[in-house]
Amino acid sequence: MPTVKGDGMRGLAVFISDIRNCKSKEAEIKRINKELANIRSKFKGDKTLDGYQKKKYVCKLLFIFLLGHDIDFGHMEAVNLLSSNRYTEKQIGYLFISVLIGANNDLMKLVIQAIRNDLAGRNPIHITLALQCVANIGSREMAEGLSVDIPKLLVSGDTIDSVKQSAALTLLRLLRSSPDSIPMGEWMSRIIHLLNDQHMGVVTAAASLIENLVKKNPEEYKGCVSLAVSRLSRIVTSSYTDLQDYTYYFVPAPWLSVKLLRLLQNYPPPEDPAVKTRLSECLETILNKAQEPPKSKKVQHSNAKNAVLFEAINLIIHMDSDPNLLVRACNQLGQFLQHRETNLRYLALESMCLLATSEFSHEAVKKHQETVITALKTERDVSVRQRAVDLLYAMCDRTNAEEIVGEMLEYLESADYSIREEMVLKVAILAEKYAVDYTWYVDVILNLIRIAGDYVSEEVWYRVIQIVINRDDVQGYAAKTVFEALQAPACHENMVKVGGYILGEFGNLIAGDPRSGSAVQFQLLHSKYHLCSPATRGLLLSAYIKFINLFPEIKHIIQDVLRSDNNMRNADVELQQRSIEYLQLSSITTADVLATVLEEMPPFPERESSILAKLKKKKPSSVPEGSEQKETTASKIPAVQMSNNVDIAPPTSINLMSQADELVSFSEAPPPSVFTFDSGPAPSAGGQSITLQGFDVGESSTDDFVDQGSPQGGSASVDLLGLGSPTQPTAPSVGSGGLLDMFDTLTSHSSAPATNGIDLGGLSGGAEEAFRKFICKNNGVLFENDLLQIGVKSEYREDLGRLWVFYGNKTTFQLNAFLVDVSTPGNLSESLSIQQKPVGGEVEAGAQVKQQFNMACVQEFAEAPVMTIQFLYSGAQQKISLKLPVVLNKYITPAEMDANTFFTRWKALNSPSQECQQIIKATSPIDHEQVKAKLIGFSVSVLEKVDPNAENFVSAGILYTRNQQVGILLRLEPNKQAQMYRLTVRASRDKVAKILCDLMQTQL
Amino acid sequence: MIKAILVFNNHGKPRLSRFYQYYPEDMQQQIVRETFHLVSKRDDNVCNFLEGGTLIGGSDFKIIYRHYATLYFVFCVDSSESELGILDLIQVFVETLDKCFENVCELDLIFHVDKVHYILAELVMGGMVLETNMTEIITRIEEQNKLEKSEAGIAAAPARAVSALKEMNIPQKVKDMKLPDLPSIGNLKF
Repeated sequence: MPTVKGDGMRGLAVFISDIRNCKSKEAEIKRINKELANIRSKFKGDKTLDGYQKKKYVCKLLFIFLLGHDIDFGHMEAVNLLSSNRYTEKQIGYLFISVLIGANNDLMKLVIQAIRNDLAGRNPIHITLALQCVANIGSREMAEGLSVDIPKLLVSGDTIDSVKQSAALTLLRLLRSSPDSIPMGEWMSRIIHLLNDQHMGVVTAAASLIENLVKKNPEEYKGCVSLAVSRLSRIVTSSYTDLQDYTYYFVPAPWLSVKLLRLLQNYPPPEDPAVKTRLSECLETILNKAQEPPKSKKVQHSNAKNAVLFEAINLIIHMDSDPNLLVRACNQLGQFLQHRETNLRYLALESMCLLATSEFSHEAVKKHQETVITALKTERDVSVRQRAVDLLYAMCDRTNAEEIVGEMLEYLESADYSIREEMVLKVAILAEKYAVDYTWYVDVILNLIRIAGDYVSEEVWYRVIQIVINRDDVQGYAAKTVFEALQAPACHENMVKVGGYILGEFGNLIAGDPRSGSAVQFQLLHSKYHLCSPATRGLLLSAYIKFINLFPEIKHIIQDVLRSDNNMRNADVELQQRSIEYLQLSSITTADVLATVLEEMPPFPERESSILAKLKKKKPSSVPEGSEQKETTASKIPAVQMSNNVDIAPPTSINLMSQADELVSFSEAPPPSVFTFDSGPAPSAGGQSITLQGFDVGESSTDDFVDQGSPQGGSASVDLLGLGSPTQPTAPSVGSGGLLDMFDTLTSHSSAPATNGIDLGGLSGGAEEAFRKFICKNNGVLFENDLLQIGVKSEYREDLGRLWVFYGNKTTFQLNAFLVDVSTPGNLSESLSIQQKPVGGEVEAGAQVKQQFNMACVQEFAEAPVMTIQFLYSGAQQKISLKLPVVLNKYITPAEMDANTFFTRWKALNSPSQECQQIIKATSPIDHEQVKAKLIGFSVSVLEKVDPNAENFVSAGILYTRNQQVGILLRLEPNKQAQMYRLTVRASRDKVAKILCDLMQTQL
Repeated sequence: MIKAILVFNNHGKPRLSRFYQYYPEDMQQQIVRETFHLVSKRDDNVCNFLEGGTLIGGSDFKIIYRHYATLYFVFCVDSSESELGILDLIQVFVETLDKCFENVCELDLIFHVDKVHYILAELVMGGMVLETNMTEIITRIEEQNKLEKSEAGIAAAPARAVSALKEMNIPQKVKDMKLPDLPSIGNLKF
């Protein structure tokens, strides 16, 4: 068929040959400029250019454009060509316009007019040209100008097939670019019937159009399901000779089959049993054909066949309803995993990712774990390896996490640079998600830093610190491990950051071993100091000041370092300031003040992983919780964005420092009891008060999450409260020590997991246990089930208290009609006045909302308010009743006194109603430190050297109520042999002693 | 949807570029270069799919390509397209070119940019697959060629008129005129 050759334009051929013969780029540009000048002058001067010449010049311009040169003229000539009656001139005109003219060109009005003329004409070949142009440009202006003509062409009876085909795709393009300018009308109801058209080309084009319409409005086009199924069935079950020209290498109409299978993926499995059966038969036939011997050895045959097969498998996975088909699909993919065609292995890995999220098939997919790991290690193509990583991530669960993470870590050492960052994120997410043993988690993350430190984003190491702080069972291990890791001669800066932070907090836990004694730890950290960036050095300086608190014996060494010119006179203002202020802090404060200021970080409230949260921010739509597959796609965050994000978060140490200034200037005054171990990455969102809980790991750049340290984002004084009033610096009430937390962990393990069930007392299951946990602490998780997590944080000053409740929606759906009601049983309302801030009616999927309560203590009370939370989840009413953790002891402020005063007052409170005594059986082995921590948590002081027996505890405090202040004295006598305590409480007001005694009793 | 169809040679010289989504001219050139860079460094027997470059839209897009002798045929598509389907479509495109140009080679693409566009326009329209049946596509191309020939005939008419006037020996012409042979009656079937 020698159709095209030999009828070209001579001038064009000569020009192209010239260009090709150019020896250099400059020569080429020169030749092109000459030609452009020539064409320009021809277009300008010679009014008598005939169609042939115009066509030739336009062709030359197209060629020049393809070589990468801008064409800024010739547009008008091209538009003129549109109105020619000659087909070839019209054709080149349209080509020039659709390649070169953007939608916003001034000439568009003329073009649209020409198009309208051609559409109105009777010549189908002209109509097709006009439609092509519309489809390729698809501007809003076109949509508005031609919105009536095109749908008419599509459904009209006397349009020929090829025009119908083009009209369908043109309409699709216009619907995409400006959906609102196409009037809906009668054509819509007729459009699905195009699936029955005789002409397969029309059906293919129509299927694309219908799929687009369906995506917007599935209900309206529901009828297409049965039509598509029957069409598919006719194609699949026919022998390939029936479709003649639409058979491609022995495969019947592969493109149409693919389109129809895609279309069906927009709907759930068909409801009509007949249609459903027919569809199942089709899918089975397609799966069966895959097992038949190939009808041709050509790759085209297997490609076309497998294109249909993969789409069928995707539909099976989408419907996720027929276990038989799912098993077959999984087996088929398993075969492809080992196929010699790389393309098929690639696609099999991709489809298996989908399959891994199906509840029926997750287990079946796991059978292929070995193969996938082999693929990860042996595939030559990085695209395929990347898919293997995705699949491993998707198929990971608690049972195989350790192995998969291990393999991924191993591979990371040799992985392509392009996928390292993503792999690091995935490993970090998996390790956290499936960690049973958090020592393993710590190992994994430290390994990550060791192997691929450069690719470990801030989020990853923030997160490990968050977790170590919150889980006291790993703190010792973490300290030991980072200590060992830091001993490597060269370690990554991220390792130094993690090491500095963890040793600063928990270095004391390993200091017992002389090999990792305080001085050794300090020397080790300091040996890295000079190799680090200023940000890391700042963090290390904070770690040093923490060391001064942990290890008073090396105070002088650290002070020397702080005093050195290298720090005190550092060019970096931040480092200079830290050095000076830390030095001052360590020199002028008493050990008690220092201990309070540099106290261990309080736990972070439980919340979702900062890494995942970040992913969600990036692609909110694509990361619904619980969908691992979606996480996979979302986690592909370019490194650049990651680091940008970090840059956004400025160090807050300025705020911190302003506090330190005060400290220095009022050297005699009681120091502020807030000091932050702020190490640079802390956010500045809420002003200085944030620094209380400081180092808000993971939320570094976002301010939409209400930081727990500064619920009001405001005054520091609110937060100061939390750590104990300035007059009683030794008795912090917030920062629950590690021992306390350990205790909490113990009790929460023994208590039944919280459920949706409501017990007889009207409270939700676990509510009572959860409530008790809060008697000695202020922050934590009050309730958790599959839908909701409720966290609490509170602060008290004298007779006033504030409590924030955080409602976290754990589902992927919005919780509607969210209502919180607080009731006060009995006459509690007389004793405790509660103000409740309103909470919004909805909680978005994965979101957290907070609610504030203000509670003033009027007089002593024994009951706790009951909080009832109601909401609609998937239309079902849910109700949770909990005790709001407000207890009398929260309103106590610790008091210090010497032995004399104590005993004088003790004796003064001698009436029976002022005393309450109980003998309590210990629930856990008696541990002096643990009990001490409990008492501090209970908001009373622990007075040393008052009781002659050092084993006994005596405590004092003042209970503030609106009406009066009540003195509280407490004595606790443990008996280790009998595992018993004797608890005596005396209070200057009747009934108070009894209430406090009852409360304290639950904690021992 | 197909976002772009690019053809370039082993040195990255563009031979065809067709964008179905608007990108400014310089962006188009950059996309061609980036895509060439991504594709050319791959071995011939690795898989035919990879994630799109950042310019065209990153990992939401796939590059599906085939390498024939001196030319790369590259389709940039979004996730709504079947990879193997597009791979076959490339094959159909190339086979069609092969039929139209008789053993198509790079030179045909260079000298007949317009024709290549017309052929492509019969396969893909506005980023969607229009027709896959090669017989149908070739029929349509042939129709266009016929039209072109007939128009070349009309365009040449004035020139022929002039030359006719120059040769005024009309009687001789008439004499030379031959009537077409009538089909022999014996061949006719009733």
